[in-house]
Amino acid sequence: MATFKIKRYNPEKQAEPYYEEFQYDIPAGSTVLDCMNEIKWQQDGSLTFRMSCRSAICGSCAVKVNGHATLACQKQAENMVKNDTIVLEPLGNMKPLKDLAVDFTPFWDKINKVTPYLQPRSAPPEKERRQSPAEFKMIDDTSTCIMCGSCYSDCNVLEVDDNFLGPAALAKAQRFVGDSRDSKTLERVKQLSEYGGIWDCTHCAECVERCPKPAEPFYRIKEIMAVALEKGVHDNVGARHAISFVNSVKHSGSLNENKLPVESMGFFNIKGLLELVPVGLRMLLKRKVPPILHKSIENVQDVRRIFRKLNQ
Amino acid sequence: MIKHDVVIVGSGLAGMRAALETCKGLDVAILTKVYPTRSHSGAAQGGIAASLGSTESDSWEEHMYDTVKGGDFLSDQDAVEEYVKAAPKVIYELEHLGCIFSRTPDGKIAQRHFGGHSKPRACFAADRTGHAILHALHEQILKEGKSVKIYSEWFMHSLITEGNKCKGVVVSDIQTGAVEVIQAKSVIFCTGGYGRVCKITSNAFASTADGVMAAFNAGIPLEDAEFVQFHPSGLYRQGILFSEAARSEGGYLVNGKGERFMEKYAPSRMELAPRDIVSRAEQSEIDEGRGIDGKDYIYLDLRHLGEKKINERLPQIRQLGLDFIGVDCVTDPLPIQPTAHYSMGGIPTNKFGQVIIDDQGTPMEGFFAAGECACVSVHGANRLGTNSLLEAVVFGQRAGKAAFEYTQKASFENINEGQEKARILETFEDIFQRDGTESYNVIRNEMKEVMTSHCGVYRSAKKLEHCIETLKKLQVRYKKGKVTDRGKLFNTELYEIIELGNMLKMAEIIATCALSREESRGGHHRTDFPKRDDDKFLKHTLVYPGKDGLDIKYKPVTLGKHKPVERTY
Ligand SMILES: Cc1cc2nc3c(=O)[nH]c(=O)nc-3n(C[C@H](O)[C@H](O)[C@H](O)COP(=O)(O)OP(=O)(O)OC[C@H]3O[C@@H](n4cnc5c(N)ncnc54)[C@H](O)[C@@H]3O)c2cc1C
Ligand code: SF4
Ligand code: SF4
Ligand code: FES
Repeated sequence: MATFKIKRYNPEKQAEPYYEEFQYDIPAGSTVLDCMNEIKWQQDGSLTFRMSCRSAICGSCAVKVNGHATLACQKQAENMVKNDTIVLEPLGNMKPLKDLAVDFTPFWDKINKVTPYLQPRSAPPEKERRQSPAEFKMIDDTSTCIMCGSCYSDCNVLEVDDNFLGPAALAKAQRFVGDSRDSKTLERVKQLSEYGGIWDCTHCAECVERCPKPAEPFYRIKEIMAVALEKGVHDNVGARHAISFVNSVKHSGSLNENKLPVESMGFFNIKGLLELVPVGLRMLLKRKVPPILHKSIENVQDVRRIFRKLNQ
Repeated sequence: MIKHDVVIVGSGLAGMRAALETCKGLDVAILTKVYPTRSHSGAAQGGIAASLGSTESDSWEEHMYDTVKGGDFLSDQDAVEEYVKAAPKVIYELEHLGCIFSRTPDGKIAQRHFGGHSKPRACFAADRTGHAILHALHEQILKEGKSVKIYSEWFMHSLITEGNKCKGVVVSDIQTGAVEVIQAKSVIFCTGGYGRVCKITSNAFASTADGVMAAFNAGIPLEDAEFVQFHPSGLYRQGILFSEAARSEGGYLVNGKGERFMEKYAPSRMELAPRDIVSRAEQSEIDEGRGIDGKDYIYLDLRHLGEKKINERLPQIRQLGLDFIGVDCVTDPLPIQPTAHYSMGGIPTNKFGQVIIDDQGTPMEGFFAAGECACVSVHGANRLGTNSLLEAVVFGQRAGKAAFEYTQKASFENINEGQEKARILETFEDIFQRDGTESYNVIRNEMKEVMTSHCGVYRSAKKLEHCIETLKKLQVRYKKGKVTDRGKLFNTELYEIIELGNMLKMAEIIATCALSREESRGGHHRTDFPKRDDDKFLKHTLVYPGKDGLDIKYKPVTLGKHKPVERTY
């Protein structure tokens, strides 16, 4: 017998959310979603969540399982039991509507912001636009995204900065930045380099961890960064930050962390420097590590990768 | 009252394609009970058919013959001809819109073999073709954001008609529970299939017959409802689909004795014979005790394909096996059984997507349908794999075009808003008043159980009579089940109960039409009438709501150059 500890919320009845425990004997081979359905059908019909395909393709059923965003239909329940318990909560960074269902409006709004459709070079030919298997490969991973919101839920930056486009929208952006048929690559990377875009990502890679598909946004973000640098889109905080890494690594083989924030904002960009302060403070308040003051050695790998891409 | 020139119910491939066709110059709404990208079209894995001839020469004539033969000669050949002719154009159009496709080395859209097709005709995007097209269409809908309003997580309850005219729909907002009337010059139904009536099914929870039942309740007949396709490779117990792509890439079907049993049933096409034939072969093996360990499943064996090919061509299938049963198809065979997959029948339409209400082809003005909920009929008694994504796109486009033209000349009709709303509010109230003790889950499970066991791959008069009797009892029990959520807000229990009501009626319709068709053809197989009977049954079923029960009538099939011959593979 396992305990399903579920975060309940129904503003029609009670303003504050609360936890409720359900006992349920998990049949062999059941997914977390199977259990949620059986609990709903057998114990409490008012338990509310979204689901449709139950085969990990429609993106409806993402919820937090034991604190992390997870596709409920994709996980064997047995494997998720910790101390005889499975904790289910709504996705983060979005407003709960009722129980485990959250309001996806901000998620879709951000998808809409990245001009999420092909802007081709020319009028369509009679047959298909040719695209080589290698070119297809560039957009193969990103196009597996099922818009489940798992990455959005667990992204650290979104927790403190609503303006960040977030992992899913940026992965969607790479879908077109990387598409050989699209003509607006430069415009796209310029737009994506602005405030709230690729350079606001802290490289925590949480979204890779949470993504149920090969879309893995952080890798897509890095791909866009590489294109941005390749196209000479340097004139912004993030790119300068990356270049300052490059210089640091190139000159000393290691990072001069103290010099970084200043150099990446530009020595004379007082306003930019000041803007860093509140983000840092908000991060600290939320017990997150400041994005720019802390750079682990993993980031050196990122830089080296960008480095290699640039053939420098 | 909400007003739009055109309301499209359903946002799968058919619905979104229709929207793109109508939105240029008209005010269009798409209403869907799940967010558009969550529609079931996204689950389609294998491909979409068109005689592009990317790798081998092909023609619409061959595509047409395969389709008509696959449909056991019940397809309307005038519609099939236009449909297969339109195919290459719509595929190129999707590509131009940005849809991704797997490619040949020289950059063309890649194509592979698929069951029942004599040529490699399936265009695909790895093993997520439906997903690729669904998202590409969704991108275009976002692009047209100014002229297409999306009502996401809204439920369509009923169609408003008067005489021969359609005037709008009654709907409710799932998130708030508010009931609204939408007045429209044209309504297009693209509500998908209803495989959820069966226990073992590949269909999503949303595939529940709401659209077809709303049409039926408005007095419109349903066509060929008895024809349900059972797919040969449903995951054991769950029904989740392992795409036919697994077999087109060379997978084997193996029984409990380790034999590739398709040798006995379709020696020339083997595993790639049409689905109805493969499903029956599997069921026969199982029924005759040659399932794995004598149980009700057999094996889909991919091991000989090797890890590289599996990762490249069938990555999702490998993942599904790992996630849902912990079996890695690289090292072990996958346990499978036939699963209810596709509804050939539905709302009758002509080849322009206009809904027709009798055997004379009389259209219902302002009402259109496309995709799986419609019956044109291009698939006849059995649909070939990859032909239904094509149907959704081709007829989504055509229904959109017909609605566009109609709407230009049409005007809004008067609707008694209060009365229409009251009817649905009463339904809600009636459900909230129920104070039974029986869980709706029990009723739903019994329906699914009897549909799979008595109205499944093999049917007979005896089985079907029992099935209908059981369903009628369930319909009575349905009227007083146990209700726990009486709130307005995001009440998913309420909607599940409404859906179950629709499914109980639809299940009865399927079984009743199946009982009347005393022959075996395509997806419909009667053990008591094992032969096709062209003299008596080369015709479409039309079922109407009658005074007491269901009225069954028939209408002729539009034949053409392909005369019915025995169907062997
Ligand atoms: C697992 C699987 C794999 C498949 N693979 C293939 C394949 O490889 N090739 C192929 O050709 N075909 C395939 N098919 C079949 C094909 O996917 C479907 O027939 C096709 O996608 C149907 O599209 P549609 O637009 O008609 O409906 P759907 O995509 O099912 O959309 C139905 C829409 O109607 C809406 N809706 C329904 N009821 C209501 C209501 N009451 N109120 C509001 N909205 C409502 C839903 O929200 C949804 O948006 C597959 C099917 C399955 C199940
Ligand atoms: S890597 Fe970037 S986008 Fe991904 S979760 Fe971390 S901060 Fe968010
Ligand atoms: S990128 Fe991954 S986690 Fe994020 S929405 Fe897409 S599929 Fe979900
Ligand atoms: S129910 Fe569709 S992704 Fe889980």
